[in-house]
Amino acid sequence: MHPSPRRLVLALALLLGLSPALFAADVQVFAAASLTDVLQAIAKDYEAKSGDHIRFNFAGSNVLARQIEQGAPAAIFISADEAQMKNVAKAGLVDAATQRDLLANTLVIIAPNDSTLANFQPVDFTKPEIKRIALADPRTVPAGVYSKAYLEKLGLWSKVEAKVIPTANVRAALAAVESGNAETGMVYKTDASMSKSAKVIFSVPQADGPKIVYPIALLKTSTGDDAAKKFLAYLESPAAGAVFVHYGFLTEK
Amino acid sequence: MSSLDWPAIGLSFGAATLAVLINLVPGVGLAWLLARRAWPGKSLVETIVTLPLVMPPVATGLLLLELLGRRGWLGSMLHSLNIEVVFTWKAVVAAMAVMSFPFVVRNARVALEAVGTRVEQVAATLGASPWRVAWTVTLPLARRGIAAGAVMAFARALGEFGATILVAGNIPGSTTTISTSIYSDILLGHDGDAYGLIVVSIGLAFVAILASELLVRERRL
Repeated sequence: MHPSPRRLVLALALLLGLSPALFAADVQVFAAASLTDVLQAIAKDYEAKSGDHIRFNFAGSNVLARQIEQGAPAAIFISADEAQMKNVAKAGLVDAATQRDLLANTLVIIAPNDSTLANFQPVDFTKPEIKRIALADPRTVPAGVYSKAYLEKLGLWSKVEAKVIPTANVRAALAAVESGNAETGMVYKTDASMSKSAKVIFSVPQADGPKIVYPIALLKTSTGDDAAKKFLAYLESPAAGAVFVHYGFLTEK
Repeated sequence: MSSLDWPAIGLSFGAATLAVLINLVPGVGLAWLLARRAWPGKSLVETIVTLPLVMPPVATGLLLLELLGRRGWLGSMLHSLNIEVVFTWKAVVAAMAVMSFPFVVRNARVALEAVGTRVEQVAATLGASPWRVAWTVTLPLARRGIAAGAVMAFARALGEFGATILVAGNIPGSTTTISTSIYSDILLGHDGDAYGLIVVSIGLAFVAILASELLVRERRL
């Protein structure tokens, strides 16, 4: 017994209708926590244009590097500092030809919106009324590592180290200040500009601060993954660049 | 050779002990009320006491953070008295106490229910006041179950992670516990140090479970 022509046509139509879903690819991106909002915005535009689906894993870059080294399935890695990208490269997992410096950023000192601190200078961290400074863990999370480097450069680190509240990532440091549980904190300028409950009380001039660079790379496991390569190229394109700038990042050229 | 985070071991031990001690009297008292009396709202209280057992620890931690933070209901009062809880060892004790409270209550309640009211009634007919009955008859008979609950609560407190890391942070030298120290060692790639602490925590777990087993086992006369 053979299927009716009508049934065949229906099946074919169903298959064709589903084909975009069948051919849509998943791209797994591991990215620094500070890129949460900007990358989600960029991905939304990209998904509409390409039909591919971008999945994100946002965390402190040190956590992501560790996960990738342990075998977590990532196609693209965007770290907030060179050190964590180097860690992954040392494990032989980075497609070196694709590695590029994607973005730059600057540091700011923040306080809760209702804080009475005025005319704040970094040396004011040593004052007794500042009891807590929220930083992403300065031993290993890029935002904290940069903050510590800056404070060391100013000769302040040893004096304020005891006041530091280390957090899991830069957004957790922001949350600690927003909740009022820390009087001050240091985060990226881009995180502070997203926040509605914390304000910037000092901006570290780019020339004075540490060189904050976000390297991006394709991971070796995805060298044959066209969808991943397409998204990587999109992130480096002027279209994505405009969105990064809109969120306050500096694009590297 | 890896270096053990001794402040973390010390804090874990000290804070867990303190947490259990804080829980003991209110926990046994509440267990007695739940075992011996019926009262309006009893089921609600039973549910609330069980919540830290069932909720994800980080969820309990978040609620504690809201309560004890500088802007929180209790935290703001303490902050005005210059008492800081969040990000200090006090938050570690608070998290451990909340997470281990259900163990004290539930074990004590089972022990008290096992004693049964008959023995208490006999004592009462012999002239003992309710207070004397509780103190000299009920509690001694229930002591094994109560002690076992305390040991389980201690073990739970030692292993506490999710709530602790939210309310106390993981500040090296001041609020790291065995659990949170293992976590940060792993993130830093200091696996040797992490394994050292893991051995310590396995050892402590063995001791706690063994003690609990010995206490619950009945002596056959």
